[in-house]
Amino acid sequence: MNITVRVWRQAGPKDAGKMVSYDVPDVSEHMSFLEMLDVLNERLTMEGDDPIAFDSDCREGICGMCGVVINGVPHGRGDSPVQTTTCQLHMRSFSDGDVIDIEPWRADPFPVVKDLVVDRSAFDRIIQSGGFISAPTGTAPDAHAAPVPKAAADHAFDAATCIGCGACVAACPNGSAMLFTAAKVTHLGLLPQGQPERKSRVVGMVHQHDEEGFGGCTNIGECTAVCPKGIPLETISRLNRDLLGALLNPQT
Amino acid sequence: MSDVINSVDADSVYLEGEDIADTKAPAGPIEKRWDERRFNAKLVNPANRRKLSVIIIGTGLAGASAAATLGEAGYQVTSFCYQDSPRRAHSIAAQGGINAAKNYRNDGDSIYRLFYDTVKGGDFRARESNVYRLAQASVEIIDQCVAQGVPFAREYGGLLDNRSFGGVQVSRTFYARGQTGQQLLIGAYQALERQIAAGTVKMHTRHEMLELIVADGKARGVVIRDMVSGEIETHYADAVVLASGGYGNVFFLSTNAMGCNVTATWRAHRKGAYFANPCYTQIHPTCIPVSGEYQSKLTLMSESLRNDGRIWVPKSGEDKRPAPDIPEADRDYYLERIYPAFGNLVPRDIASRAAKNVCDEGRGVGPGGLGVYLDFADAIARLGRKAVEAKYGNLFDMYAQITGENPYETPMRIYPAVHYTMGGLWVDYDLQSSIPGLYVTGEANFSDHGANRLGASALMQGLADGYFVLPNTINDYLSAGPFEKIDDSHPAAAEAVASVKGRIEKFLSINGSRTVDSFHKELGHIMWDYCGMERTEEGLRKAITRIRELKQEFWSDVRVLGTNEELNQALERAGRVADFIELGELMCIDALVRRESCGGHFRAESQTEDGEALRHDDEYAHVSAWEFGGEGGKPILHKEPLVYEYVEMKQRSYK
Repeated sequence: MNITVRVWRQAGPKDAGKMVSYDVPDVSEHMSFLEMLDVLNERLTMEGDDPIAFDSDCREGICGMCGVVINGVPHGRGDSPVQTTTCQLHMRSFSDGDVIDIEPWRADPFPVVKDLVVDRSAFDRIIQSGGFISAPTGTAPDAHAAPVPKAAADHAFDAATCIGCGACVAACPNGSAMLFTAAKVTHLGLLPQGQPERKSRVVGMVHQHDEEGFGGCTNIGECTAVCPKGIPLETISRLNRDLLGALLNPQT
Repeated sequence: MSDVINSVDADSVYLEGEDIADTKAPAGPIEKRWDERRFNAKLVNPANRRKLSVIIIGTGLAGASAAATLGEAGYQVTSFCYQDSPRRAHSIAAQGGINAAKNYRNDGDSIYRLFYDTVKGGDFRARESNVYRLAQASVEIIDQCVAQGVPFAREYGGLLDNRSFGGVQVSRTFYARGQTGQQLLIGAYQALERQIAAGTVKMHTRHEMLELIVADGKARGVVIRDMVSGEIETHYADAVVLASGGYGNVFFLSTNAMGCNVTATWRAHRKGAYFANPCYTQIHPTCIPVSGEYQSKLTLMSESLRNDGRIWVPKSGEDKRPAPDIPEADRDYYLERIYPAFGNLVPRDIASRAAKNVCDEGRGVGPGGLGVYLDFADAIARLGRKAVEAKYGNLFDMYAQITGENPYETPMRIYPAVHYTMGGLWVDYDLQSSIPGLYVTGEANFSDHGANRLGASALMQGLADGYFVLPNTINDYLSAGPFEKIDDSHPAAAEAVASVKGRIEKFLSINGSRTVDSFHKELGHIMWDYCGMERTEEGLRKAITRIRELKQEFWSDVRVLGTNEELNQALERAGRVADFIELGELMCIDALVRRESCGGHFRAESQTEDGEALRHDDEYAHVSAWEFGGEGGKPILHKEPLVYEYVEMKQRSYK
């Protein structure tokens, strides 16, 4: 198939950006979306044009490094029922003659580094503010010392599948990172090991979330619709319950 | 040192050096050795640790766990990763699980059995002392990870679940759906972030190590490129740890992440660190087959699928019916047929080569005949679709996403792909390389897997090294510090910085006619054809010649646009590919010199009557540790003899 892509080109954080159009002929439907960009970049290089900068690493949907907005939708799932990261999107989702818009995540706390690459270090700082269980190496009791009910373990796991890609922020009209934050609060808060720090965790993480300039959550649900791992909106309710409890009753 | 010239090796490609006599492993009963080493290692008191600094390259399981643990202990740690966050390191992609000798199944498992299985699985090319320690540490790893909140799979009673993996007959693999690596890495990452918040670890993301600084005989620092600004920085410390992963991307197509590279270890090799067993690569049997020349990477389907999936091809190469229409009588479940005891759960090297053999016979399926079926019809009939979905759902989804086929209805098509590299920088029992003060952990070292790694052992080794081994050995070295301060005025530092800048200028000035990726792909084809699943004397010689030519072509004809002072992904790749080309040559030399088959290294000239790998223990029961022979010089081989006091060396049999 032959397609046209319109790509956000921006030389650096302080430069103005613009959409630039490129024709991409002979695209195979088996290519991944990023392989289509690889092919385009090879051509640009040979033509003496700066190749398009974009992030990707594992290319199997688990590292969270990739992510661009495709036709207005983070990761480009569109109307498909299948959740996806950008790297797992394949060209069979598109048709001959399509014009595809490709943009970076857009949110103040995710400044553009170059073209489609953004700085997501705000996420690491949110984790630093409480997204862990303090268990120094060597201090652990036997793994079977604290059984975890299967349902709790499974729910914790569902939240723990977050890959920290940032699509939730890119999708949110408020630029909120609440789904990301809530996923971690839920993962650790459902496990017995996570109880001692449950209150300080939620307070610390939400505080840092706000410090970074992410917006508030108004339960719109765009985040969960584009989440490649399907983190449910109810994790945010859980975060709100934990936060309320921690603020009203900080000591217990 | 003598130039090795004999009748077989007429045009010599290497020199032979002294044997390695001492690995620092204590003698005595194997179960006491680690205790003894820990006891004899000099300690650093907590107040003095604050004065000692450690640089760690890489934030995968081996790097993040080491950084967190050394930070907790009170050392000043500086960590680097090329990704935008430490959580993205490629350990994250490990699917199947992590082994531990917990014997929670009461099925006869023990530390000794895990040790035995690993030594045997590695085809008697790993050190007994190291492997035993690994098995000992495995037990603590699970405890540690559970305490961090790693959500391992559990049973209804709330206790941890286990499953089986290739090459063993017990269930000792702990798992978190098909995302065990992700969950373990997030655990280590969170511990690391906690230390960053505490101020004991300084983290630099999007920073890539381009050179090691060896001053006055010790590893004292690194030259780093800030990948956003292009700035060339120097960082100094009392010790340097490389936890930079494996080199599978030398094949271009592999299951590694796009950015995985050999530069950190290769640069250290050029500075004097021995590179051990580079030819030991693991070709994983269950990956999604290649679909076209544009393909950028291969995707693994977890080995855990072999627990319930059955592998087959049509009995006849002429049989072109769709898989579900082929009756049982016309199918060849070849692993079950050839290896009745282990069936579909034979070790990876054996399963991969068996797939290659049936495809070479013309019985492969799918485009180009390079694929075999992995069929879940029986499992779905036996357990029900729901149960299969619960166990493997995300893997099935991933397969459907990539291929557009529904594996619940038609069997998956799989083919072997490069997955893991057992070789790496040589280290002693303390994980110290041949350069004092340079430690190497995880896949980056040549480690504990011998010539073949068993499934679910990479996560175990990465975490054992980072959480439990390194933090109990590096103190022995650091106790002599802090060492004399050095800065950019030291000749070794100035030389390292100048060489990094010179290389970058060179890449940007060639302005040739080929892209970096085109060279990388060509190197990959050479490696796959001649140094892949089956290697021959003739093929390896051809490959060495071809790689040397490719190196010339690369340095005269590569095209890298833009400048250093920006995010320049082609420039990043150019440096990595330049190092892969040099490594590729050493891999072929290592494979050429090892005229036996063992584990993942299969020399066509050395096989049993029924086509299994045939070792020659009289000549090759050693680690091949290569010393850099200088630019354009021949590499120098140092042999470390392998002695087996506990496990009897014999021909592996999984029949």
